[in-house]
Amino acid sequence: MNLLAFGNTGWGDELFYATLMTIAVSITAMIIGFIFALIFTPLKLSKKKYLNLIGNFYTTVIRGVPELLVIYLLFFGGSGAIMYVASIFGYNEYIEINAFLTGSFSIGIISGAYSTEVFRGAIQSIDKGQFEASKVLGLKKKIEFFKVIMPQMLRLAIPNLSNVWQITLKDTSLISVTGLVEIMRQSYIAAGSTRDPLFFYSFAAVLYLLLTYLSMKLINRLEVKYNRGF
Amino acid sequence: MDFDLMITSFPKLLNATVVTLKLLSLSLFFGLFIGLFFAILRLRKNIFLNKFAYGYSYVFRGTPLLVQIFIIYFGLGQIEYLRTTILWVVLKEPYWCAIIAFALNTGAYTSEILRSAFQTIKPGFIEAGKSLGIPNKIIFYKIQIPIAIRQSLPAYGNEIILMMKGTSLASTVTLLDLTGVAKYIISTTFKPIEVFIVAGGIYLFMTFIIHNLIKYLEKKYSYQ
Repeated sequence: MNLLAFGNTGWGDELFYATLMTIAVSITAMIIGFIFALIFTPLKLSKKKYLNLIGNFYTTVIRGVPELLVIYLLFFGGSGAIMYVASIFGYNEYIEINAFLTGSFSIGIISGAYSTEVFRGAIQSIDKGQFEASKVLGLKKKIEFFKVIMPQMLRLAIPNLSNVWQITLKDTSLISVTGLVEIMRQSYIAAGSTRDPLFFYSFAAVLYLLLTYLSMKLINRLEVKYNRGF
Repeated sequence: MDFDLMITSFPKLLNATVVTLKLLSLSLFFGLFIGLFFAILRLRKNIFLNKFAYGYSYVFRGTPLLVQIFIIYFGLGQIEYLRTTILWVVLKEPYWCAIIAFALNTGAYTSEILRSAFQTIKPGFIEAGKSLGIPNKIIFYKIQIPIAIRQSLPAYGNEIILMMKGTSLASTVTLLDLTGVAKYIISTTFKPIEVFIVAGGIYLFMTFIIHNLIKYLEKKYSYQ
């Protein structure tokens, strides 16, 4: 167990920070995903054909193309795109984007597509009477959404969102290809320098299992909370 | 937009698609047997077998596919004993390592899909078979399995698509599948968008075909 010692003699502290990095990337990606879902869910539910098309295009493309390909697109194309936008505003220096941001953004786009589908399904399964009742009561659109629809939608969405969270957490292992030091990358480095890949990759697997197990426990609690009264 | 690059890279990517399809079909083939085996274990009343099958599916569904590939490709080669056995012929090839990892991974998901399908079969079907005096083995093969396959088609279709996307990870262990070749072209030409459109298009086309195939099968085997 010397390999896992903290300090300069082992990889314990490095792997600990890498785990924190994985958690940070997953949470950031999940939040970015929610922002995407907030934009695309109304598009998918819209009655206008062309808005519908945009929403469907996003979810179909992202869910039909491998995650790794999306990551490569953003990793190789991200800084180019930003530099292009910057050059329009007259800034011609080289811009390098942070690995954390590219990583979270690419995983966020992916998890956003899944979240969009979850929210769409949840809103569609809310009883029509709820929408009609809030209209009859003369509630403003904003209040209708936040006070009537959203609490009901969340209850229906949480079990599926927990799946999205699991997918997102596991997908973060893929951004190790961009060099961000999370669990997978750190294990790769440690395995390379100690020539003990079996141990370090197995340990990485244990860390991921621990993360999925703990987050399931947490989400189950949330589910109970949102299910009171049912 | 560099259309020339898109046109010249298309045949290369199409060639790589063959590798992707081979990986996909082989891992689905082995995965189905693994999945069926563990699903049957899950239905057993023996607590030890049941827990073993549950543990298998929990571990493989709870860890990223990338970790599983790396353990099998980089990790197992480290065990000196394995290098002397016949297994080494298979395990030294990245191609077979990827297939083993994919098959074990999809096997775990398939076992969950099949288990829930077996559990939703109405007890009446099995009881009807028993009262007709059909042996248990034939009830299983002729009644339970066909119903379970029909029940699990939609979920299994999703799993096929997820696995197709999963095969892209083969590129991390030096295999040149569709994603591997796409990455190679991107890193030599620095034209990510063009390559993404072509490679992504091929993936989407495959998703489309699988999706419709499953839809067709669902319709064909739906109870009338």
